[in-house]
Amino acid sequence: MQKPSFGSILYGLIPFIGGCFTVSLWDRIEPRVLGLPFNFFWLTSWLLLTPLCMWGAYRFETRRLSALDKTRGRSIP
Amino acid sequence: MSGSLVALLIISFIVSFGAFIGFYAGKHHKMDLEQWTVGGRGFGLILVWLLMAGEVYTTFTFLGASGWAYTKGGPVLYILGYQPLIYVVSFYVLPQMWQVGQKHKLQTQGDFFRARYGSKALEAVVSLLGVIFILPYLQLQLTGLGIIMEVASFGRIPRIPAMIISFGIVAAFVFVSGIRGVAWVSGLKDLLLLFAAVFIGIAIPYHYFGGIGRMFTALIQANPRHLVMPGATQNLGHSWYVTSVLLTALGFFMWPQYVGGSFTAKSGDTLRRNAVIMPLYSLSMSLMLFVGLSATLILPGLPNGDLSLLSMVRKTFPAWFLGVIGGAGALTAMVPASVLILTAATLFIKNFFRPVIAPAMTDSQVAKLAKVTVLAITAVALFFAILSSTSLVSLLLLGYAGVAQFFPGVVFGLYWKRTSTVPVFLGLSAGVGIAAFLLLTHRDPFLGCNAGFLGLCANFAITVLASLLSPAEFTNVAELALSSARTSPSA
Repeated sequence: MQKPSFGSILYGLIPFIGGCFTVSLWDRIEPRVLGLPFNFFWLTSWLLLTPLCMWGAYRFETRRLSALDKTRGRSIP
Repeated sequence: MSGSLVALLIISFIVSFGAFIGFYAGKHHKMDLEQWTVGGRGFGLILVWLLMAGEVYTTFTFLGASGWAYTKGGPVLYILGYQPLIYVVSFYVLPQMWQVGQKHKLQTQGDFFRARYGSKALEAVVSLLGVIFILPYLQLQLTGLGIIMEVASFGRIPRIPAMIISFGIVAAFVFVSGIRGVAWVSGLKDLLLLFAAVFIGIAIPYHYFGGIGRMFTALIQANPRHLVMPGATQNLGHSWYVTSVLLTALGFFMWPQYVGGSFTAKSGDTLRRNAVIMPLYSLSMSLMLFVGLSATLILPGLPNGDLSLLSMVRKTFPAWFLGVIGGAGALTAMVPASVLILTAATLFIKNFFRPVIAPAMTDSQVAKLAKVTVLAITAVALFFAILSSTSLVSLLLLGYAGVAQFFPGVVFGLYWKRTSTVPVFLGLSAGVGIAAFLLLTHRDPFLGCNAGFLGLCANFAITVLASLLSPAEFTNVAELALSSARTSPSA
């Protein structure tokens, strides 16, 4: 069983901090961005930022797994 | 031709086209249990994406999100907040789950519990709970479908015949094509729904206010407090937001149908890449919310918030377009419903009926009986939906809080060999018990926190404590289940 690495979990924590734990900082109407109240703008932008973070996690994880496989004498096709 | 007839024809065309795709998809495959439940584990990124999007975006998201925006205001942000996070969690859980699934040829969530914990009792309990949580969810899809058909046909198709006809179709293509049929119909549904969401979400604010920004200016002038938490509610504030988002993010992929869905992937890597791109689909959700918000100004005083989206569409657009939305909406109910039916039928027969009542059954007997059960479960859900008791809504909330209680069993099951049957069973009972007590006695949110989240905290604590206290030799079971699970390339 291949556990996810600490590094890739750190990438995954970013969206949780941005979209969940910090709610009292961004749940307000001003300043409005692109016409949206700040809270709606903030969460909508996390729909775009989350794939970026997870792409980082994905790159981190695949590199680590392929390095691991090389040391075991196997390769990822 | 009258408007309602046009709408009706378009709805029927879309639904029949969807059914045709569903039947056709299974034509070239021999439908044994493996093919029927997990599509032979051969789905690539696109089919997995379509299936997941098809399963996740149900009528609950389609009608419910705009409904919450309409009736509750600010707390609807929770739906926007949890959407990307469920995929973040899936990134760290589903590929590993898939590995174990590949090694032991697992098809259901119940299979996972049996393989990992070596306990038929735990398998049966988890599977029976899964079926119980699925039933109200299924009933909700039916009710949503009835509402959509009734509004979209200008009342020409009454609710009950609409539900019976479309669920007849669903049961038929699940019976014939299994999960593969569902994934293909899902493609049509996703395409239509994306088009509908983007178009409606942009056109409605423009039509009435001259733009999304101006719509928000009007909303802020009318009632600025509706746009932040707790909005129109008393107690859905920030602590409720954090606990609800956490519960949903952790618990979402514990729904048995998503576990089964993840086994259809051809590699763990497919699931990882899927988790990266899925949040983009949720962008359409924010547009749905805008429509619900605009309805507070254009159509105040609707009896049921869930009607806000469709009523806005009916008020704004010509009848043919309402037909397109109605058709998309019907498929949005039918696709998740078919996965729910398939999952419930398989869970019930394979993981409850077989271990408890008929241990000698072969896989092909299970497949036959599960297909018959498809019809039985459809009938039960129809029965509930037609009776339409409101208490089922609270059962659904319990379902959401309930499936999240599988999280410690699954995640510790994957990552912590010390965990065994008894600790998981104790934690699960405590979690489900606490969530059920608080929800059914209307104590949710409790002390400002989501009731299911409190159950999950107790569940975690008890599972960890009991695992540490239990004898270490239980780790042998875990070794057997998890060791060298990494057998497939690029997993």
